[in-house]
Amino acid sequence: MAPNASKIERLKELRDKHGRTDGSVLPDPADPPKDLRQAQPRFRGLEAGHRACQGCGEALAARLVTEAAGPDVMISNATGCLEVFTTPWPQSAWRVPWIHSLFENAAAVASGMEAALKAQGKSTKVLAFGGDGGTFDIGFQALSGMLEREHNVLYVCFDNEAYMNTGIQRSGSTPHAARTTTSPPGKARMGKRHLKKDLLSIISAHHIPYGASTSVAYPADIRRKVRRAMEIQGPTFLLVHSPCPLGWGHDGALTIEIARLAVQSGLFPLVEMERGEVTDVMPIRKPVPVANYLKAQQRFRHLFAPDDPRALQEREHLQALADYNIEIYGLYSEEADPLDTDGADTVRRGGLAN
Amino acid sequence: MRQALEGSLAVAKAVALCRPGVVAAYPITPQTHIVENISKLVADGDLETELVSVESEFSAASVVLGAAAAGSRAYTASSSQGIMLMAEVLFNIAGLRVPMVLTCANRAIGAPLNIWNDQSDSMAMRDSGWIQLYCADNQEAVDSLIQAYRISERTELPVMVCMDGFILTHTLEVIDIPEQDKVDRYLPPFAFDRRLDPSDPISLGALVTPEFFSEVKHSQHAAMQKALPDIVDADKEFKKLFGRDCGGLLAEHGDEEATVAILTLGSIYGTLRAGMEAHKSRKKVKLIHLRCFRPFPEEVLMAALDGVKDLIVVERALSPGLGGIVGTEIRAVLSTARKPPRVHNVAIGLGGRDVPLDMFSRLLEALKNGSIAEFSVFDADLSRLPEEDR
Repeated sequence: MAPNASKIERLKELRDKHGRTDGSVLPDPADPPKDLRQAQPRFRGLEAGHRACQGCGEALAARLVTEAAGPDVMISNATGCLEVFTTPWPQSAWRVPWIHSLFENAAAVASGMEAALKAQGKSTKVLAFGGDGGTFDIGFQALSGMLEREHNVLYVCFDNEAYMNTGIQRSGSTPHAARTTTSPPGKARMGKRHLKKDLLSIISAHHIPYGASTSVAYPADIRRKVRRAMEIQGPTFLLVHSPCPLGWGHDGALTIEIARLAVQSGLFPLVEMERGEVTDVMPIRKPVPVANYLKAQQRFRHLFAPDDPRALQEREHLQALADYNIEIYGLYSEEADPLDTDGADTVRRGGLAN
Repeated sequence: MRQALEGSLAVAKAVALCRPGVVAAYPITPQTHIVENISKLVADGDLETELVSVESEFSAASVVLGAAAAGSRAYTASSSQGIMLMAEVLFNIAGLRVPMVLTCANRAIGAPLNIWNDQSDSMAMRDSGWIQLYCADNQEAVDSLIQAYRISERTELPVMVCMDGFILTHTLEVIDIPEQDKVDRYLPPFAFDRRLDPSDPISLGALVTPEFFSEVKHSQHAAMQKALPDIVDADKEFKKLFGRDCGGLLAEHGDEEATVAILTLGSIYGTLRAGMEAHKSRKKVKLIHLRCFRPFPEEVLMAALDGVKDLIVVERALSPGLGGIVGTEIRAVLSTARKPPRVHNVAIGLGGRDVPLDMFSRLLEALKNGSIAEFSVFDADLSRLPEEDR
């Protein structure tokens, strides 16, 4: 879809205002910018310097999402890590208009922002950000209402599978058997007793134009899906799998690797849905054993206790869940990977090329 | 133009006159007729607004917050359980200093379930940081709503306009609906400095640590107190354009030399006024309508009580385990007065219990014979209770 003239003007105005180039103008070598970041040929919605932990999957995912979405957006952010580490007053890491109200109302606040923009005849896109707690659990009703009323909002859930901000408590998104501080393993329990809620199917049952899952291990996939959603007039939803080194118990340097294992094992399938139907999936060439994914994280350590028959049982259970995903979504494929054309526009991302 | 209108329809028309960009609401008795009438105005093309019919009061309040933050004038209305469900958002809106107006069609909070009028819902939001204006009749409900936008947008404080459920919302009265051009003159288009705008991005709702939190709360409190003259001014300016006012912070009726005063909030004021007209001796008695409950108009109230020896505070809510809410606050305020009146505090008309015309005489009679307690649910019939509950 070609952006219309007023949209181009608008983006140019925003770019000029924020001192960003879109890559078309190279910095003058005689007068190099003092701050290297100023020379970055792209728009950043979420700046560096915030207070996320090392290796935070959510921080990286939020940067990728805002980069792909561009500057003509407004964000409604649920309470959670993302809100806390980006805006300790009087600092803020956001370069786009951003509001945080409460834990469970990001979708409803976004609905109001969208209604206001509609009333004002503006085309600015509204994004809503929430963690899995704010999306799967406490904010679910507001999200369902927003989707049903067909607000033109892109809701992004950064899924790190527990209440990390309050100290790693189980959520509706925590995988089966995972250890959290409210689902600790012990003599009588093997971690979380219930399954991870199949949120994407529930979202999809609202028959919205577009809903997809993606992972911070696949930046190109995130960008493509964000851009796809940005072009749609209506409610869209992205579930971004984002490891939390602190909560999952892994080294901060392994975030991407672990997120990739979740996808390659079939435990976190990357799928796209339109109007309630699965339209595309990211294929898996060689499914990785789920145990490889589990072994890398302290939250599943009890599943590798020697001489505990329950451990083996739970591992088999999780493998069965992954196998089920591979089967129902048809993830297994032997065909060659499609060409990744993502690099073609990265020098201009956030600029007019989008 | 003077018309016979149901209170809710009149309020809906007043909302339309204020040209809100976004209206969001969830139905609850007795607020329903307000949103139904707004929906009808929208359907008939008489009101151009984004009407968002949400899935809960919690979302209604959240939607108007988002809308106002994004730069549109916003309106919502609710009652009772709906106000309770909104509570978390209402505190949040006030803390964020986002201007908007909410009509509270006052209704009792359950349990026991009761859909009729008292003011326990808005009283429960006493400390939310919202300005609270109480309406004695439907004309005031209309006028206060229009004034509320002016107050809210000047002070960046949200305003709750409280009107008694059923007694006002469902009652037909002759009401003068202001002309659109005059309202436009009174109420300039909404311009919110801190609105979300990609041309000038701001972050609204940051995390505030103990290092700054006390200062934020101090300034919120100071802003509420500084709003008092704005509320008076909005009423004065309204009178200049429309020829009537709501009494500013409080209205008085009766003998200026009164030694006995009865203070109340909301529609009971009208009932007591009518009761006063019918009473044989009205000398040395006056009625006070506390229109503005938050911010609390301490000075004006002190002045109104000058020379009063006995004050009966009549309210439609209570704080179980303490007694009256308004009465307790007035006692606190009067503690610094030179010659404070004796304060007698009664809760009447709870959960829609009828307040008859002779209530005025009964209150004065109880005062005269000394049977009025420091606090009582005045119209409760204790003989209907088991001995141990009396």
